[in-house]
Amino acid sequence: MKKDLKEKQKRGMIRDWVLLGSILITTVVLLSIFPDKKGAVISTSWDFFIEMALILPAVMVILGLFAVWVPKDIVVKYLGNASGIRGIFLAIILGALPTGPLYIAFPMAAALLKKGAKISNIIVFLSAWACIKIPQEMVELQFLGVQFMISRLILTIIFVVIMGLVIERIIKWGDKEGGVENAI
Amino acid sequence: MNVTAIIINGIAVVGLLIAFVKDGKKAIKSLKMAGRSFIKILPMVFIIIIIIGLLLGFVPPDQISRFVGEQSGFGGILLVGAAGALMHIPALLSFPLAASLLEDGASVSAVAAFITTLTMIGTITLPLEIKELGKKIALLRNGLSFIIAIIIALIMGAIL
Repeated sequence: MKKDLKEKQKRGMIRDWVLLGSILITTVVLLSIFPDKKGAVISTSWDFFIEMALILPAVMVILGLFAVWVPKDIVVKYLGNASGIRGIFLAIILGALPTGPLYIAFPMAAALLKKGAKISNIIVFLSAWACIKIPQEMVELQFLGVQFMISRLILTIIFVVIMGLVIERIIKWGDKEGGVENAI
Repeated sequence: MNVTAIIINGIAVVGLLIAFVKDGKKAIKSLKMAGRSFIKILPMVFIIIIIIGLLLGFVPPDQISRFVGEQSGFGGILLVGAAGALMHIPALLSFPLAASLLEDGASVSAVAAFITTLTMIGTITLPLEIKELGKKIALLRNGLSFIIAIIIALIMGAIL
C-alpha cells in the first residue's frame, strides 16, 4: 500500500515535470511569434516568482515542523467526544493545523464517526482541513491582502458550521425514515 | 519584502529555533520533510508562474473581465466555481493565480468562488471520500460546499 503510494507520487512528479517542459516550450514558441509580448510576460512571471520565493520556503518549513511535532492521534483524542460549541471550535482548530493533504483526513473522520463523534463536527473538521489550513491562509494573505483573507475566513467558518449542522439534520432524518422502513 | 512575508519567515525561523533547542533530531527531520515537499511542489510552482505570465501578457483585461469580471454576473461566478471544483492544483498555488486574475479584471466574487470551490471540493478525492465516509455524507458535503462557496463569493463581492 505504501509502496503503491510512493510509486503514484513518483509518477505524479514525472508528469508535473513533463507538463512544465511542454509549457516552457509552448511559451518560447509563443514569444518568438509575438516578440512584443516578451517584456510583459517575463516581467509578470518574474514578479510572481519573487513573491513565491519570499514565502514558499518558510511555509514549507512551518508545514514540516507541524508534521513532525503534532501527533497524528491528536485529532481522535480531542474530537472523539467533544460536543456543542466546544466541539465545533475544536473541529475548526484541529482541521486548520497544517497536518497534511485532505485524503489522510478521510480515514480519521471515518474512525471518529464509528466512535460516535457528531456528524456536524466531522463535516466542520473536514471542511476546515480542506480550506482553512494555516499555511493556506498565510499565502492568501500574501497574495490577496488582509481584507480579502479575513472576510473569506470568517464567512467560510460561518457557512461551514451551518453546513455541518444541516448535513447532520439530513442524515439523522434519513436514518429515522430508514429505521421505520426497516422496522416494517 | 512585504510585512506578510516578513511575518511568515519570522514564524518559520522562530519555530525552527525552538525545534532545535527542544530536539535536534526531530528538527532535522522537519527540515528534510520541508525540503521534500518543496521539491515536490516546485514544478507546479513554475507551471503556475508561467501560466500567470502568459495570461496577463496575452489575454487582454477586457477579455478576462468579460468572462469572470463584474459584467459576467452570476453566470461568471458559477463558471469559475465549477472550474475550481474540477481543477486539481495545490491550494497554495491557487492564491497567486487568483491574484493575477484579480489584477487583470476578474471580480472579487469570481476569485473568491474559485478559491473556495478549489479547496473545499475534491472531485479527484471523491471516490476515496465515498469509500471512507459513505455516499451520503461525501456527496452532501461536496454538493453543499459548492452552494456555500457561491454564497460566500456573492457576499465577498458585496462587501469588498
